[in-house]
Formats: sequence, C-alpha cells, structure tokens
Amino acid sequence: MLSRVADSIYWLNRYVERAENVARFIDVNLNLLLDSPTGVIQQWEPLVLTTGDLPLFKERYSEVTAENAIQFLTFDRQYPNSIISCLFAARENARSIREVISSEMWEQVNSFYFMVQEAAKSNFLSNLSEFFAEVKMASHLFSGVMDGTMTHNEGWHFGEIGRLLERADKTARILDVKYFILLPSVKDVGTTLDELQWMALLKSASAYEMYRKQGVHRIDPTAVAEFLILNREFPRSIQFCILQTERSLHEITGTPLGSWRNPVERTLGRLRSELEYLTIEEIVQIGLHEFLDKIQSQINDVGDKIFNTFFAVSH
Amino acid sequence: MRFYNYDPGEFYDELFVAPGQPRPEAIPLIERINSLSDGELERRQQASQIALLKLGVTFNVYSDNEGTERIFPFDIIPRIVSASEWTHLEEGLKQRIYALNLFINDIYNDQKIIKDSVIPIELIDSATGFLKPCMGLKPPGGIWCHITGTDLVRDRDGRWYVLEDNLRCPSGVSYVLENRRVMKSTFPQVFDTMPIQPVEEYPSHLLETLLNLAPPHLSDPTVVVLTPGIYNSAYFEHSFLAQQMGVQLVEGRDLVVSDGYLQMRTTKGLQRVDVIYRRIDDDFIDPLAFRPDSSLGIPGLMEVYRNNRVAIANALGTGVADDKVIYAYVPQMIRYYLKEEPILANVPTFLCWEPQQQSHVLANLDKLVVKAANESGGYGMLVGPFASPAEREVFAEKIKANPRNYIAQPTLSLSRVPTLLEDSFEGCHVDLRPYILYGKQIYVNPGGLTRVALKRGSLVVNSSQGGGSKDTWVVSNQGSNGSTQEQMSVSSTGFMTQKQSN
Repeated sequence: MLSRVADSIYWLNRYVERAENVARFIDVNLNLLLDSPTGVIQQWEPLVLTTGDLPLFKERYSEVTAENAIQFLTFDRQYPNSIISCLFAARENARSIREVISSEMWEQVNSFYFMVQEAAKSNFLSNLSEFFAEVKMASHLFSGVMDGTMTHNEGWHFGEIGRLLERADKTARILDVKYFILLPSVKDVGTTLDELQWMALLKSASAYEMYRKQGVHRIDPTAVAEFLILNREFPRSIQFCILQTERSLHEITGTPLGSWRNPVERTLGRLRSELEYLTIEEIVQIGLHEFLDKIQSQINDVGDKIFNTFFAVSH
Repeated sequence: MRFYNYDPGEFYDELFVAPGQPRPEAIPLIERINSLSDGELERRQQASQIALLKLGVTFNVYSDNEGTERIFPFDIIPRIVSASEWTHLEEGLKQRIYALNLFINDIYNDQKIIKDSVIPIELIDSATGFLKPCMGLKPPGGIWCHITGTDLVRDRDGRWYVLEDNLRCPSGVSYVLENRRVMKSTFPQVFDTMPIQPVEEYPSHLLETLLNLAPPHLSDPTVVVLTPGIYNSAYFEHSFLAQQMGVQLVEGRDLVVSDGYLQMRTTKGLQRVDVIYRRIDDDFIDPLAFRPDSSLGIPGLMEVYRNNRVAIANALGTGVADDKVIYAYVPQMIRYYLKEEPILANVPTFLCWEPQQQSHVLANLDKLVVKAANESGGYGMLVGPFASPAEREVFAEKIKANPRNYIAQPTLSLSRVPTLLEDSFEGCHVDLRPYILYGKQIYVNPGGLTRVALKRGSLVVNSSQGGGSKDTWVVSNQGSNGSTQEQMSVSSTGFMTQKQSN
C-alpha cells in the first residue's frame, strides 16, 4: 500500500486513541479528587506534567486551575494533543484515506469530531464526566467499527499498531499520574485513602473489574502496577499492547515471529521479551516512575523506526 | 406544502406547463408531494441535508483554521427530463464528443482542419489551452477526452443549447451519485412508481474507460486517481471515485519517475502505475514540462507519457477546445469531420476578433453577455443587461485591446424548476451537466448534475456563488417501472437458525 496511506491510517488510530486517553487522564484526576477528603488542595499540575506539555501550558495559561487544565487538555485548538485537536487531526487523516477505510469508519470519526465540536461550544463544565464517558465510548465504537467493517489487511494492521502503541504509552502515563499525586503524601500509603486512589486509577483504565477477577482481590499497589504493566491478557496493559503490536507488525512483513529482518522488528521484539522476563519486584527496585519514563522513550523509538522503515520511502 | 399555488411564470418550467398543470412525466411526483402532510416535505429536506453532511459530501472553504466544510446545498424537488428528450440529448452529446476528439487529435498531429481553412491557425496558436509539448502525441485509441461534463442550458422557447464543453477535469459527478442516494431514501415510493433511469453505473463505466487505456498485454494494470490533495475543493469527489472504483487515490508526492516508468511509493518499495485519472490541471502536472513552480505534479511525467509508458485521462492538451473562441467552431467541426449537421446547437456566439462582429458586440453591450475566452466559473464576464454603463465601458476597452480574448452571446432566459425556498415553492433557474465517458464506446450517464441558482431571480448557478444542486431524473413517459426485477430465490432446503441450547 502507499506509504502515505499507511502513515495516515496509523495516525488516524493513534489520534483517536490519544483523544480517548486524554479523557481517561482527566477522568482519573476527577475521580481522585472526588475521593479526596475535603480540604485537600486540588492537584492539576501533575496531570499536565505527565502529558509532557507543561511548558506549552505555562506559555498559554497563567495558573494551573481545574478550569484551565481541562480547557487546555480538552478544547484548546492551539494545543496539538487536546481532545479536539486529536479528533481534528484524526478526521483530516481519515479524509485523506476515505477510499481505503470503510465508509462506516469515516462516518464514526466524522460524527465523533462533530460531537466534541458541539461540546466545545456549550457550557461543558456542568456534565464533564458524562462528556468524557461519551468520548471513550466513541473511541471504542471507532475501533469496533474498524474491526467489523474493514478487511484485516496491511492497512488494518498499520492502524492496529498505531492504536496499540499509543495505548501502551498512555497507560504508562496514567500510572504516572498516580505517582505524582502520591508523592506529596507518602504517609498515606496503605491507608483507606490510598486504596481509594488506586481504585480510581484502575477505573480510569477500565481495569477495576478485570483486576478484581484475576485472583488478587485486595487492592495492592504493587499488584495494580503489575496488572497494568505486565498482564498479558488485559487489553490496556502495556505488555498486551506490545504483544499485539508485534503480531500485527509480523503480519505486515511476513517475518516469522521470534526473528527479525528490519530495525522495527528488532527493537519491538527486544522490548517485548524484556517485559516477558521482568518482574514487578524489579520494576519497584528500578523505581516505578523511572521505569515508566524509560518505557515511554522505548515506545517512541519504535514509532520513529516505523516511520523510517515504512513511511519514508525514497527512490 | 402543496403545488396548487405554484406559478411557472413567463419562463420555460421543467415540471409545469401552466399553473396546476404538471408535465406528464412529472405527474406522479407532484401528486406524491401534494399528498404529504403539512411540514413533511420540509422535514425531508432537512433530513437530506443532514444525510449529506454525515456522508461528508462537502466542499471545502478553508478560510478559517477549523477547516470549514459546507455541503453543496441540495434541493429535494428533482428536475425531470422525459426519456424521448433525453435520447435526443444523448445523441447530440455523442456526436459532439466524437467530433471534438477528432479535432483535438487532428490539431496535435496533421492539422488538416487548418490546412483546409476551416479554422484559422492564429486562433489555435493563441489559445492558452493549446500545449506545444503535446504535438505529435498519440494517446491510446486516438482518444483524448475520456471524461467530459458538458454544460447545457434551455432557453425560454424550450430549446437546448451547449454552453461549455468542459474537456479538462470536469467535476460534480459525485454529487449526481450521492444526490440520487439521498433521493431514494427521501422518496422511496416515487422510485417504485416512476421509471427513473439509474445513474449508479457511472463508477463501473469510468473504471472500464480507464482500463481500456492500459496496454493490452498487462493482465492486471494499476489505475490511480491523482488528486491535488485534501485542500482541493473537489477532494471529496476524487476520494469518492477512487473508492467506488476500488483504485488508489494518490497525490503528486506519492509518485516518482524511476527507471523510465511512473512509480508510486508503497510500504513495500516502488510500484509501477499504468493509468492515471488525473484531477490536476495540465499546467501543474509536470514542473519540468510546464509550470516549474508546481509542487503538485511529478517531475518527468511528460517524458514517460510521451513514450506511452503511462496513460493519462484526460489526455494533456484537451483545453485547446475549451477556449470559447474554438468552442464557436464546434458546429463546423461536426460538419467537417463527420459530414453531419449538429444535433445540439451552440449558443449563438459573436467573435470579437472579426471586425464586423466586434462592432455589433460593441453596439449591443447592454443586451449581450461578454466572456473571456479562457476563464470559467463565472469569472471574467460581463452580463450586459445587469451591468452599469461604467462596467460596460471597461469591457468595451478590454475588447478593443485584446479582441481575440473575447466572445459575446445573447442573454438567455434559463429554464426553471420549482424549488423549496424558505416556506414556498419558487421557480429557480437551472442548467444541466451530463457526464460522458469515451472508452470503447461513448457512454452518457442518464441525467447529470442540475445546478440551481438558489437566490430569487439569480441566473448564477456556480457553487461558489450561492448555487445548489438537484437530482436529475430521466423518466420514460409510459406507465410504470419497466425494469425487470429478478425474483429473490428463497432457500428451499429450510436450514433452521441455530438456537442457544438451554
């Protein structure tokens, strides 16, 4: 398929997934705040910090209030990773490959964009969590529609890779939010408040119920981190995303799993096997934040290599 | 909303002969609309607009950073053409396209029509659409205009005229297909009772036309649609046609000339392209052969084309016959090449480069429409009866300074179709653009795009100037739907639907 088309379908999926995860980001913070005892200062700066775009925020807003942070992350068209910007970009990508994707996919991303655009016009603060729930559902609808209406060909696999890499990166960042929220109050570790916060975090990754079902019934911080990083079956865990990305990649190239013929396959295979043999104890030893930081840069590296291998074809 | 009070006025009305008296082929539609409950028609009009927006049938207005797209306004009262009248138009269009192709092929090769003094050579040389680099080209089958969208208008007396031929990259056919799709869901019962000729075969015919250009020894040629990109106002159509044909939509940056062939950049390396349906103007298609500042084209394409290693539809250079001065000679071309009388008339045209005709034009500027020879879309035009004396004076000077560049035509009273404006039916002026494909044979898609001037009394139908569109129905006069529908075969084996066991 055309390199430009592969690039567009990859980014179409990344942007939709990114919009969903920004909604999850804000949602986790809102949930954490709801569960906080009254009198605790609302913390929004860590949230903006984990997006990696705090400097950009400071250029545009004077202080980190709830309203500013939500405006920035949700409806700010000048900020390229806000929900509305992600959907605009997703839709522009979809528009440029309408003849490749199914009409149903186009219609879904089109009405998704219009939905957010409408919300941006109205007084949104009144029913925020309903709006974020709609964003998540619209994103799920998109991936479901893509799965059910598009041939699972090369283009579909590029789309999957885009979505899964984005999700792995964002799950890492959602975990990081908790790290920052937790820092100022180390004394809370192991308290009821701490447990409530970890539950809120799990819920934001749609992981609460699935976590409960896997046998460990107590909410244990290490077990939660393990679930979201290393679980091989939960679709939002980092390892699950990496495994599926690798599968799609090898479907595209035809290289047998377990071997490599290009830099993407090598980098990704290495990351996958690293995670396979890693334990949560080792991660704790490295430091959760440091580990998550490293994972994010490894995922970025895979993304760069995908670009160089498939999308930047010269003569 | 009912038609009881509708007055077709002093114009030719496409649906009514007189107040309360619809044309025979329109009766079932008018009866259906009159039987709708109050507000129902308006509801359906709104639903159709929403459907078009949802389908993304839009054109771009990129004036702000939100990337505003507008739907081409759509009116749900269709324009109806009787089948017998259509047969006449179809024959006339085929004759015209046939002659125009012979003409273009002649101009870029033997130039017999010039040697035989039918058309002066100066007119060809001075036509901006005449491309010297195309001299000696021999496109497959001698066909140059594979896709044409001829603009037709009907005057007060009911006579049809050809207004423009549009032999380069005519657009609008996607609206024909999408308007029809929306109309079928808006008036399903009417489609049951009226024998309306289908338009849906267009993409298949287009693909056949393009495949016909590939060298016969290729068993699986690669066809692409070449677009300037998503910011082009007709991008939706480019994408739509590629999708309907199941071929790749490419931009200039996807293509590269390598090893003497045109190739596209894919995830698995370079891949050869055999046929291009290009929606980029001649000037922009190859910066080495034409405009060096073009970033939309592919350097070296002309050379590959000249070596017959890629086919291009429409061929480069067809714009020579879109020149409005050359247009005036189409009736002579038909007589010269085909030894036939033209079936469809041109709008009477005065050529300002001929001194006698020029003085007639200058003396009658208040009655005529003056057009620049190489502009389209309503630009470079003077509508005499509506212009101020000062504006007429400006044009008189322009004509005298550059007579070759101007023609003049009488102001026509375009025919009208009832249209839903706010809360009443108004007669609005229309034109008609049928789409013609020249492959193994010439195919004319039944109907075409009816463009309508949505401002009261306006004669301008262009989308950029407040125009909209209507579905066009070619309808047989006699009785009910004549098309044979196959009986659905019912499975006789009677497999049970599986159920969950308790």
